[in-house]
Amino acid sequence: MLLALVLIPILAAVAILIGWPARFSALVAGGINLVLGLAAAFTSGAGFWNFSAPVLARPEIHLSFGLIDGMSTIMLLLSVIVTFAALLSGKCPEGREKLFYGSSLLISAGAIGAFVARDLFFFYAFHELALIPTFLMIGMLGRGERKAAAWKITIYLGFGSLVLLAGLVWLAAATGTFDMVEMAKQSVDPAAQKGIAAFLLVGFGILVSLFPFHSWAAPAYASAPAPTAMLHAGVLKKFGLYGLLRLAVPLLPEGLHAWLVPLCVLLLGNILWVGFVTISQKRLDGMLGNSSVMHMGYIFLAIAALAGAEGEANEIALPAAVLLMFAHGISIAMLFGLADRIERRTGTLDLQELGGLAKAAPSLAFLFGLVGMASIGLPGLANFAGEVLVFISSFRNYDPAEGLGPVQITCILAVWGVVISAIYMLRAYRNVFQGPVAKSTENVGDLGLAERIPALLLAATLLAVGLFPNLLLHLL
Amino acid sequence: MPAYYLEALTVALGIALLMLEAFGPRDSKKAIGICAAFGLGFILIVSFFAIGPDAKPDANWAQWPLWDFYSYDPLARFYKTFALVCTILVVLMSVDFSSILARFTDHPDSEAATGEYYALPVFACAGMMWMASAKDLAGAFVALELVTITFYILVAYLRRNVGSLEAGVKYLILGALSTGFLVYGIAWIYGATGTMNLAEIGSRIGSLESTVPLLFGIGLILVALGFKIGAVPMQVWIPDVYQGAPTPTTAFLSVGSKAAGFILLIRFLDPLLQSGSPVAGPVILMLAIMAAATLLFGNLAAIAQTNFKRLLAYSSIAHAGFLVLALAAWTPESESGLGSIGTVSFYLATYLLMTLAAFFVLAQVRIQSDSEMIDAFNGLGQRSPGLAMAMTLVMAALAGVPLTAGFVGKFFVFSLAVQAGLWWGVGIAFVAAAAGFYYYFKLIRAMWWNSPGEDAKPLELPQITRVCVIVLTAATVLFGFWPQPILWLLG
Repeated sequence: MLLALVLIPILAAVAILIGWPARFSALVAGGINLVLGLAAAFTSGAGFWNFSAPVLARPEIHLSFGLIDGMSTIMLLLSVIVTFAALLSGKCPEGREKLFYGSSLLISAGAIGAFVARDLFFFYAFHELALIPTFLMIGMLGRGERKAAAWKITIYLGFGSLVLLAGLVWLAAATGTFDMVEMAKQSVDPAAQKGIAAFLLVGFGILVSLFPFHSWAAPAYASAPAPTAMLHAGVLKKFGLYGLLRLAVPLLPEGLHAWLVPLCVLLLGNILWVGFVTISQKRLDGMLGNSSVMHMGYIFLAIAALAGAEGEANEIALPAAVLLMFAHGISIAMLFGLADRIERRTGTLDLQELGGLAKAAPSLAFLFGLVGMASIGLPGLANFAGEVLVFISSFRNYDPAEGLGPVQITCILAVWGVVISAIYMLRAYRNVFQGPVAKSTENVGDLGLAERIPALLLAATLLAVGLFPNLLLHLL
Repeated sequence: MPAYYLEALTVALGIALLMLEAFGPRDSKKAIGICAAFGLGFILIVSFFAIGPDAKPDANWAQWPLWDFYSYDPLARFYKTFALVCTILVVLMSVDFSSILARFTDHPDSEAATGEYYALPVFACAGMMWMASAKDLAGAFVALELVTITFYILVAYLRRNVGSLEAGVKYLILGALSTGFLVYGIAWIYGATGTMNLAEIGSRIGSLESTVPLLFGIGLILVALGFKIGAVPMQVWIPDVYQGAPTPTTAFLSVGSKAAGFILLIRFLDPLLQSGSPVAGPVILMLAIMAAATLLFGNLAAIAQTNFKRLLAYSSIAHAGFLVLALAAWTPESESGLGSIGTVSFYLATYLLMTLAAFFVLAQVRIQSDSEMIDAFNGLGQRSPGLAMAMTLVMAALAGVPLTAGFVGKFFVFSLAVQAGLWWGVGIAFVAAAAGFYYYFKLIRAMWWNSPGEDAKPLELPQITRVCVIVLTAATVLFGFWPQPILWLLG
């Protein structure tokens, strides 16, 4: 049952802390979780996976886990796949295995717990489980401006979580229950919806690095060790989007609609403003960090499409958002993993200092190229499926007689994001892998077998979902 | 067994301990502490069998006028249990602190002058237990004074340590000032309503000609109780007194005295804030301002601290801010959720667990590293990883990280504030809690990021402290997942 999926990483982390072999325990736990997660995805309808235990009588709160619908299943899949890849990535400094693997397992447990929780209290609480491990990982095992980055992400996300808590508490009070399934059946007073929607948008927005609350993300991802960056950017950030889709969209339609235009402006800030910032980055890690912020804008576009629907159904937007969340999670995890490999080999991530790496490390070049293309949105890879569906969904409720609404205008502007991501990704690829061989890339080894496994796992997922999106879409 | 036996037994225990101290062997005073702990443990067990007059209305003792002054309802039972548990843990902490006690009292090479230190908390406990049951302002005052005067002695106990003496003087002067406010306020309320019984006051509010005298009295009493709980404007004594007092006394002040202040505040506010009361509006306003100011002061001032004991002092002010916020968002108890009283009690229970765990560790750091600075924790992750893990969990709980008991308390406070629509309070609470993430994590940073000092050695906890820290930390994590047992205690 799903409780096992959450407990296994936690127990493995505790075991590592008391002295079990760190890498081995972590990989075993990650592997078991991967298998269980895949099994849960295949049999998601079965009640076997559900778990519920009461923890508080007044107000009624239960520790309950369950795959509420396809969205939870797909997020669970994302978590277990990226976890397994993350545990295989990154080089653990000597003597720090306990912290390295223990923290990664706890971050993973937090993400899985948040996505399969059926109760609002534990939905929130499990996401916060990742806060301290992230703080320690970035602060202790990171690179560059790690301490400042660690403080920034911890306090910023702490503050965001508190704003979110207020919104969630208000929502629970307005619907009268903490159970997320029960909640979906209630309706919320329109007068309260606007306030609750504001809290949720700001709270979840900070957690997802919505413009202008995004300044924590790029420094944190640039400084973080590879597993933390992969888990945080790939999985943990999606928590906010999942929360908005699970809670705000069905329960607060009028509230979200009231905030539609500000939301559209902010998401364009993500795509265009942060997109230009990404182009101006001179280091690969800064570029990837900013690009992950930028891509959140597309998913917010799908949410805006749902917000602007105004009572009409938009059946494409939710699957689009979920698919893009999955695709982005996998691709950004792979990008951070490979960037870490590059740094380990050449000692630098400065785009000017690298060059011609493809000569020395062809597999690395191929894999990076594959995921880079995926990130741009090349058809055949998962990101394209998600992005194109998002764009289509924003025109779903378009009525030519009424003209272009805010969502449509936003979409037209957002499509330029594809061009922006092409610019920075292709330029980065050219600077790193092509061109004359630079001093730092001369005698570099190619990817070893152990390093190929996580990258191949993620690449295979991208290809599979890209060529057969229905693999995931049929769950929704 | 009638409930007042509990206080009687406690006082008798205290006297017995003093006799033991006076006529017992000169040098093994730690045994008095162990006896105190066992005695209080016995009283704790007996307290589960105590009954009030409603359980046996025919009994002789149920007719006594005592029950006009002393109540025994589930709330009283909760706070008596709280006081007993807190005192037991403080006494155990004192036993392990005996080397410092011995060093700074009259005979520096022996424990000869330390015996009373184990007996005095028992008297304070009796006072706290009576405060939990106080139905009447006069009775509450007497119990409050028993607690405060006992603390005067406890704070200044290390008479050869200047810090302790200074702390004692400051506490005495401000305590006397607050007592003055309290008595003056009681006088005004008596003058305005004609009674000192809290329930009677509640029923007479509606028939007052003018609420101004009553409000004046209430304001004075709020200021006085603010001293006890450490809320603005009477919080200035806390950093210096907490820092100077011996660590177990600081722990006792931080947890026990605060809780006693809060139960008194709850009892006092309950009749005033019932629906339809004409003074409810101004009182809530006063509470809201107190809460906002306390939250801001406690949390923002803590950011700059480098001394861990002083940081814990500011943190206790900060937690008082959250508790007063719960009171400002006054909500009666209901079937679907905790009201203000339940929330405050729940929060205090979790606060006991986290804070006493932190103080147990601080006491040992003080003894073994001779320093209370945050720097003394440097590299604890490498020196004593298990202890560092436990402290990390405790600091996370104090900051309010979910899946710890500290979060559940803050969760309930936020729930109340949001449902009451106290948006200013909620906003300030955001800033406050975010600041908390910084200063509590400073300790986590010191333990894990910083390297240990030159001569740093692993921190070995003595047996009693080790057991207590493990139990308290485990409880903090357990109640983060499963808070129900605390609610059972609330009845």
